[in-house]
This record gives sequence, structure tokens and C-alpha cells, in this order.
Amino acid sequence: MRIVAVCGVGVGTSAILKMNAERALDRLGLAAEVSASDLGNVAGAAADAQVILTSSELAGAVRAAVGRSFAEIIEVGNYFDVEEISAKLEASLG
Amino acid sequence: MTPIPPLPDTAVVLGARVDDWRAAVREAGRALTRSGSTRSEYADRMIAVIEEFGAYVVIAPGLALAHARPGADVKSEGLAIVTLAEPVAFGHPHNDPVRVVVGLAVSNAEDHVAFVARLANAFNDHRVVGRVSRSTSAAEVRELLGLASSADGGADGADRRAGAAGEGGVAGSAAGA
Repeated sequence: MRIVAVCGVGVGTSAILKMNAERALDRLGLAAEVSASDLGNVAGAAADAQVILTSSELAGAVRAAVGRSFAEIIEVGNYFDVEEISAKLEASLG
Repeated sequence: MTPIPPLPDTAVVLGARVDDWRAAVREAGRALTRSGSTRSEYADRMIAVIEEFGAYVVIAPGLALAHARPGADVKSEGLAIVTLAEPVAFGHPHNDPVRVVVGLAVSNAEDHVAFVARLANAFNDHRVVGRVSRSTSAAEVRELLGLASSADGGADGADRRAGAAGEGGVAGSAAGA
């Protein structure tokens, strides 16, 4: 399973999201490869991903960029809230 | 992985008075320049990221992570912390208003993982944004975030107050060094 964390420039925020997504997966006992991407490269990065994690602010742009991808786009409100990320990943993958 | 960059006193501004989010980000840019991490143009690029992509940099309630892509204006990885006397809105639907601005400068996309891990470890405790916003010294901020004041882990004294900082003033004392 692959998950892509997306932010505008591909450094900083997406790295935090990737790290806390990995913590959430650990907590859920799920195995997945999580990568970070910027918005400009999300179509390629998410081509074989099941889930895209991003900010609600960027979700529309991500949706437009990935087009007819199978990946589900999950909007994260608080990047430091591992419980929020866990709950959303569990609802999506569980 | 590179070592975690220090948070010197020059990179901490407590109680800045700003009128809007641009001034808040500019304050973080000045702190990064003052501490020797970036050239002054980096502040413009951090603002441009938010103008282009929106307020997604407000990644938790009250906390903005201002940053831009690596570039020639980044001299070394760096971090700055700005607390605001009065919170300002960045335009985020859930996490406004912002009380703490973290300025982040990285020299490449791969080498900042240890750094981000340290930030995540600190801010994963949801009480830390409030504690940082109420901090009265740079040393207190460093302690909350688990950061050192210099590369060799040294500590020093006086904190820096924003005073009458606000719109307009551009050059930090170390700008263009």
C-alpha cells in the first residue's frame, strides 16, 4: 500500500505529515509506504497510491492535479494530531 | 541526515506586533536572516508560497510553518520562532488565528528530516503551541522545542523582544551578511 503526503513545495509540511502518517499507521498496525510530494509532482507520485494526505486548503488543487486517480484524498486539519490522522486512515483503509 | 540546526537568540522574536499574516511571515524572515540562515529575499518567497497555495502552512491550531523551497537565498538550514502579541488570521478554515510562526529554511528537500522530526516530537503535544506563545525567553522556547542555541549546544542569555516591529522595516541587523 502506498500513501502520498502532499504540500505546496514538498518540504517541511509534507515531511511532518509523512512522519505523523507513519506514526498513525504504526498505531493502527498497518503497513504502508509513505512518501512526500509537492503539488507539482503529485500526479506522478500518486499514480499507484491508495491514499493522498493533504491540507483541506490544498485538497481542491490536488484533486485537479491527479485527475482520474484511484487514490482517495484525505484532508488533514491538524498535522500534529496523530489521532485525527489515525481515525481518518482507519476509516479509509479499515 | 544533517544535525538539527540550533535556535539562537537572534532567531527568536517574542511578542511581535503585526497587522497581518504577511508582516508575521516577514518577521520570521527577518529572524532567519539575522541568525545567518537566509538572505532577506527568502521572506518574499515564503510569502509567495502562501499567496500561491493558500494558508495550508497553518498546520495546527494557532501554528503556521512558513517556508519556501530550497534556493540560493538559503545559506544554511535554519529555524526561527516568532510569537505574536495579538494573533492574526492567515485564512485557514480551521486553524486560525495564528499565535506562533515557525520559519523554516532548508537547503535541500532530503536533508531536513531530523529537523522536522524534532519539531514533530515537540508539537505533537498539543499544549506546546500555547506554551511557546506564552514564553518569555528564547531559552524557554528552546527548552519546549528541544533545541540548542548554537551548533555546539551552548546556551546564552538575553531574549529578544520585537519592540515596535511591524510593517515596513526591512533590514534585520545581520541582513546581507
